[in-house]
Amino acid sequence: MTQGTLPSSHNPVNWVAEVPEYKGILSWLTSIDHKQLGLMYIMSAFGFLVVGAFLGLTIRLQLMFPMSHVVSQEGYNQIFTMHGTTMVFFVGMPLLFGFAVYLTPLMIGARDMAFPRLNAFGYWVYLFGAALLFFSFLAGGGPSAGWFAYPPLSEKGYLFNSGQNYWALSLFLTGLGSVATGINIIVTVLTMRAPGMTFKRVPLFVWMIFMDAFLVVFSLPALNAALVMILFDRTLNTHFFDATVGGSPLLWQHFFWFFGHPEVYILILPGWGAISEVIPVFSRKVLFGAGVMAASTVAITFLSFGVWVHHMFATGLGFSPLYIFAVTSLLIAVPTGIKVWSWLATMWGGKLRFTVSLLHAMAFLLQFTIGGLSGVMFAVIPIDWQLTDSYFVVAHFHYVLVGGMLFSLIAGVYYWYPKAVGRMMSETIGKWQFWLMVIGFNGTFFVMHILGILGMPRRVWTYPKGMPGWAELNLFSSCCSFILVASILLFVYNLVWSFYHGKIAGPNPWNAWTLEWLAESPPIAENFERVPVVRSRRPLWDLQFGSGGDGEEDHHA
Amino acid sequence: MAIVAMDIKNADFTSIFNIASLQNKLLVDLHWFTLAVCLMIGLVVTGLMIAIIAKFRTAENDDGSEPRQTRGNIRLEIIWTAIPLFIVIVLGIMTAYVMIIVNPAVGTKRKPDVIVVGHQWWWEYQYPNYGVTTANELYLPVGKNALFEVRSADVVHSFWVVAFGQKMDAIPGHPTNMWIHPTKKGLFLGTCSEYCGAQHGLMRIIANVVSPEDFDTWIKAQNAMPESSNDPAVAKGKQLFNSETCVQCHQIAGDPAAKAHIGPDLTHIAQRKTLGAGVLENNTANLAKWMQNPQQFKPGVNMPNMRLTDENAHDIAVYLESLK
Repeated sequence: MTQGTLPSSHNPVNWVAEVPEYKGILSWLTSIDHKQLGLMYIMSAFGFLVVGAFLGLTIRLQLMFPMSHVVSQEGYNQIFTMHGTTMVFFVGMPLLFGFAVYLTPLMIGARDMAFPRLNAFGYWVYLFGAALLFFSFLAGGGPSAGWFAYPPLSEKGYLFNSGQNYWALSLFLTGLGSVATGINIIVTVLTMRAPGMTFKRVPLFVWMIFMDAFLVVFSLPALNAALVMILFDRTLNTHFFDATVGGSPLLWQHFFWFFGHPEVYILILPGWGAISEVIPVFSRKVLFGAGVMAASTVAITFLSFGVWVHHMFATGLGFSPLYIFAVTSLLIAVPTGIKVWSWLATMWGGKLRFTVSLLHAMAFLLQFTIGGLSGVMFAVIPIDWQLTDSYFVVAHFHYVLVGGMLFSLIAGVYYWYPKAVGRMMSETIGKWQFWLMVIGFNGTFFVMHILGILGMPRRVWTYPKGMPGWAELNLFSSCCSFILVASILLFVYNLVWSFYHGKIAGPNPWNAWTLEWLAESPPIAENFERVPVVRSRRPLWDLQFGSGGDGEEDHHA
Repeated sequence: MAIVAMDIKNADFTSIFNIASLQNKLLVDLHWFTLAVCLMIGLVVTGLMIAIIAKFRTAENDDGSEPRQTRGNIRLEIIWTAIPLFIVIVLGIMTAYVMIIVNPAVGTKRKPDVIVVGHQWWWEYQYPNYGVTTANELYLPVGKNALFEVRSADVVHSFWVVAFGQKMDAIPGHPTNMWIHPTKKGLFLGTCSEYCGAQHGLMRIIANVVSPEDFDTWIKAQNAMPESSNDPAVAKGKQLFNSETCVQCHQIAGDPAAKAHIGPDLTHIAQRKTLGAGVLENNTANLAKWMQNPQQFKPGVNMPNMRLTDENAHDIAVYLESLK
């Protein structure tokens, strides 16, 4: 492989710990640099991932045997509420923003985000919001109404400790930060692309982040409005959601899921973006159907605002309102399917290098397909009537969010870690972690499909003895959850180990093609000394071969 | 912690694929069809993945050249858009078909056969056609399509007898309807399916589907006044029931003091198989223990510990167990 046309590294700093601008804690606390903020987002997210994983492990311990009493019932309800809230708002969202603000400027050839101070605001508001929620444990007990906090249960009359107030305040704060960062991303992508980088040449990761930012900006305000209403209900005695005096508990469900369903796509889009970079590079091929890939992302963004009632199929709203949402929910499977086929077609005919990153991407493809197909089943309303709010749902969304989002973002971490840190992650530890995670994840969650079919409802503190299959399947799931948590810890260990002992990476260890690989590893302050004029989706391919970065049309196969 | 056994041992297999209602027959058929379609798609993806792993691994002696850079294929892309589109259209049509049959629109004239009211954490069943109210153990005649109205007295619950198929949320201020046409006699189980607070997991549902004759007998027994007894323990228990605070929450037909409608109706409690929505077998000893410390069996339950002496608890239990 000739590298002659690429600018060679003349930067003496090749490890992030030695970057002079990053020395001292104060340089991080006061930073408005997108790379530092991105790393802080991602480190916070992985910190909360460990917390959330242990909360989840406690759930599995409690459910390991029927009628057991590992934690109290009140404690259990707080734990599963915090598990869901933590994973969605303090792990999923900051992972999105971490990847987005670290990579977007690098991938479009910009020096920083459009609004660097707003970027810092978003991060700190998120961190303080998260801290506020965990503080509730010291202030009389955590929230315990579940992560979607349906009133009237979340009203003062039924949960009178202050945990639910902290929950609303905390999510309101992080929601503000999310909208700010969303606007920041939109403006950055719109105005700061390198010369020549038309929207046809924007990397797929950035396309997905760009669409994601629109989802954030238009869906989070619905949640924030609802949070203000429930907070007013709880503290100012308003009655937005109180049916006894003319309010409507269903109103909350509409508000929440108008946010909540786009949220699912908010969480998965960065993962799709990462996969759309990882698979081409390790298959040594241009992404198949890149234009259709971007278009299907736009289609999903629009459709995802029109599917929220599929979380409410069992509320008896009547045929017409329910059926419309069944149709949109089924339709959204089509652009999602296009993505899966395109990724497979990208690998087809390639020269695959089975790095740990690609392994995660391939596991993602299979697991996400399972989660997507069980999602199609839920769009068929009569099946939803059977299975909603059972463990089948728990299996479904863990296949999407762990088997899908987490696996794909870990693929992204293995792929971009050398860029950010300057050192390669250990492939040996990585392979152990990968196989443990595949076994632990599928073992924990696959059997939950069967538990749902056998009638086990979700969010139960315990279950009676003697229900056919329940005890055995729960025991199996709980045992596997230990493997899953161990693999997460091993992943964090790999992050730390490789930080000190990983091989020095150099600017482009994977021989990849997007602009971030033109920068040093780690990138210098303001990223680039010079950005070339972009003439295709793969500017580094063009630099190497002169042309052909977009690949060739196939008229035969 | 008590062991729930009797109702579970006697229950029909708890699974959505155990077809115990006409409605669930349709749901299960649709389920198998959709599952088959999804499995096929899943197998295609898995097969392609295996083929890719087998065929396109970089060879040991690879020359380092880049493979052919295929950026797309219009025909292929049209095919993999059109086929899934066709599949979801078929699924969409079948969805509408099954929905309309399983849950047809309910006019305003038809009185519901059963009104289910979800309470934290027990179920109230009213039979408006017979003037019967009971708790936690539902009775239905086999072979008759029953219209359910599902309500909530406090927070959101969801009523789901697994083998009947459909579940329906109980939402305050928003009564909902569903039809269940039982086709199989037996005991069927379920649990509240929308998180409703402390005892959500043990808010169990016990549905008895019986022959129409047995159902009529049951209704007659529910409508009859409980027999009075000459047993002095019963009389003492009744007097205690009225003088302790029991009557502030519970109702017993024929007892003018016991008219409250907060806890379960106790008129025919002796006929029930379980106590506390399925957490304890119903007998005098268990009932006495329950009254002395309900929190022990159902933490968070709204019934307070009345600090009854062993003797008083026993007497009240004897009285209640006489209410056949």
